[in-house]
Amino acid sequence: MTRLSLGRVLRLSLLSLGALIFLAPYLFMISTAGKAQSEIFSSSLALIPEQWSYVENFTKALSRVSMPTLLWNGVVVCALIFIVQVVVAIPCAYAMAKLKFRAARLMMVLVMLGLLVPIHATALPLYVAFDRLSVLNSYMALVAPFSISVFAIFLFLQFFRALPDDLIHAARLDGMSETGIVARVVVPNAWPAITAFAIFSVVAHWNDLFWPLVVVTNQEYATPPLGLLYFRAAEAGDDYGALMAATLIITLPLVAAFLIAQKRFVEGITMTGLKG
Amino acid sequence: MSVLSLRTITKSFAGNAILKGVSLEADEGEFIALVGPSGCGKSTLLRIVAGLDNADGGDIVIGGREVSSVAAADRNVAMVFQSYALYPHLTAGQNIAVPLAMRRLTAAQRFPFIGNLLPGQRQIRADIQRQVREMATSLRIDHLLDRKPGQMSGGQRQRVALARAMVRHPSVFLMDEPLSNLDANLRVHARGEIVELHRRASVPTLYVTHDQSEALSMADRVAVMIGGTLLQLAPPQEIYDDPAHIEVARFLGQPRINVLETRMDASGSVRFGALTLAAQNTPPSETPVLIGVRPEFVRLSPRTDGILKARVERTEFLGSEVIVHARLDAIGEAIVAKVAPVEAATLSEGLPVSVEIEPDRVMLFATTGERLRAQTIAVASMLEKAHG
Ligand SMILES: Nc1ncnc2c1ncn2[C@@H]1O[C@H](COP(=O)(O)OP(=O)(O)OP(=O)(O)O)[C@@H](O)[C@H]1O
Ligand SMILES: [Mg+2]
Repeated sequence: MTRLSLGRVLRLSLLSLGALIFLAPYLFMISTAGKAQSEIFSSSLALIPEQWSYVENFTKALSRVSMPTLLWNGVVVCALIFIVQVVVAIPCAYAMAKLKFRAARLMMVLVMLGLLVPIHATALPLYVAFDRLSVLNSYMALVAPFSISVFAIFLFLQFFRALPDDLIHAARLDGMSETGIVARVVVPNAWPAITAFAIFSVVAHWNDLFWPLVVVTNQEYATPPLGLLYFRAAEAGDDYGALMAATLIITLPLVAAFLIAQKRFVEGITMTGLKG
Repeated sequence: MSVLSLRTITKSFAGNAILKGVSLEADEGEFIALVGPSGCGKSTLLRIVAGLDNADGGDIVIGGREVSSVAAADRNVAMVFQSYALYPHLTAGQNIAVPLAMRRLTAAQRFPFIGNLLPGQRQIRADIQRQVREMATSLRIDHLLDRKPGQMSGGQRQRVALARAMVRHPSVFLMDEPLSNLDANLRVHARGEIVELHRRASVPTLYVTHDQSEALSMADRVAVMIGGTLLQLAPPQEIYDDPAHIEVARFLGQPRINVLETRMDASGSVRFGALTLAAQNTPPSETPVLIGVRPEFVRLSPRTDGILKARVERTEFLGSEVIVHARLDAIGEAIVAKVAPVEAATLSEGLPVSVEIEPDRVMLFATTGERLRAQTIAVASMLEKAHG
């Protein structure tokens, strides 16, 4: 069986320590979500709650803000953003990787430049534009700024470059249009890249607080992180137990999704990593 | 009537001329092998014929129609790629069905889910399935139809690729080194199969290979392309026995043809060893020329009284024959002979030998490489020399 050599013990303990450091805040959150108000503010720091108040805190979290609305908004916004990004980026990356046209170089430069510009730089003009269009407080305002993801284009571009030219040629000879090639040949073979991108996109936008904070003031359209903010500011005051319970609820979908699809995600990331 | 004709096709990449005016005609049901060293532009030519790339100049006529501006899909050209280029996410059966589905079903009928509800498509799909099955049966891959390319061997993939190309009855068939990924045994077997299929389908075929034995054994005519120019297009026997250019002679034949430099004298005759050749289609002048003679027409005998003397350097035993490398005493050039094992037994390394060349099999080339017609007008016998 496995021998526990000194090196192995050292490696394992180092890894465990690392894992512990990264997991600590999350564990603390789980623990706090089960503590009563008095215990959170007591001077002792215990991981296991003295008195289990999970039910109480979760009830508060679920009743004070409309948790289903928050989660639903999160799902809708993330799904819309992801779908639009993929639908825009895939044909674009395909054209840049496999078609010859004169502006290809220029486009590549623009994509690289686009990678360098953060949303914060364009937030103000976008806000003003949306205000003029009266689309603040809508899914449109939450989704539109992210519909073209240069990161997605860049990622898919790297992946598509590795697709053999012969495959595309064979598809053309078989009678497919360029759209047909994208839909029938490129996308079915790009799942690793698409899953990898899905992680980046969904995680980023599920957790994004900045942009919803800019364009949403109506609770109806609040995304989970924004909801938490309302929860803290208006309803719960400094009820950290309930706040942590709410946080737990909104992080749970991502954690669950990752655990369920873990194998495919890891495959996706390592595959693009190797090829790109 | 020629079904496929290419006229002075030119193509350059970034200023490098890759194809320098290639012209070629293929008749109904003809199998043309296109051979040439790596990088000479064979694949580029095929891509241009298929419509996957545009030529800079020249015409491509398929079945009487000039197709230079016709899209690849509408040329009705099928191609088998070196990498096979099967769709990795589809099973063998689905792969073979793709070209049929793309042609016979409308865009709406092909649409996922909704397409399956449209009228008329069920019958077409059934018909496609039947054709796929027939094709698969004739290539003996019917048991593989549910497998994906990743689950098949190289030879099986090659057949699926062949089936996908043949199933739609193209008017021209292009193959780009379809056998180069197979092991030697399978390759010889697959050669026979492709020739057989070609005979049945009788579609003009352009077959790229850099394996000369493949070209010579399979093709009706062999085209030798070197450096972007078609140097010769002729039946296998003719191109081997009567090459029009020294590069053609060098490219075909294993081991390579012996090429030795000598001089033509002012009267237009060339002396080499015991032979005297008269050049016929060139003005007589004192110029250097090249003599070419294939190893199988070089005879070595273990005696020291010949006109051309040499010393055996090395022998290679190949089973049915032996390749003997010798060095000519007079000019220090190497000469290679192909001899029967029985004869080779007498030729040990370091042995002085006399070289004799079959008089009718000597070829004369200009230093630029063009073939010069020549006739052997005299053969000095060894006895004459020995006594004279
Ligand atoms: N897209 C391209 N851009 C630039 N140069 C190219 C391109 N395609 C081919 N070439 C060049 O054209 C030449 C001919 O290439 P081609 O692929 O036709 O050779 P080939 O005869 O098929 O060789 P092989 O036997 O190795 O397959 C090569 O020198 C290659 O570098
Ligand atoms: Mg090639």
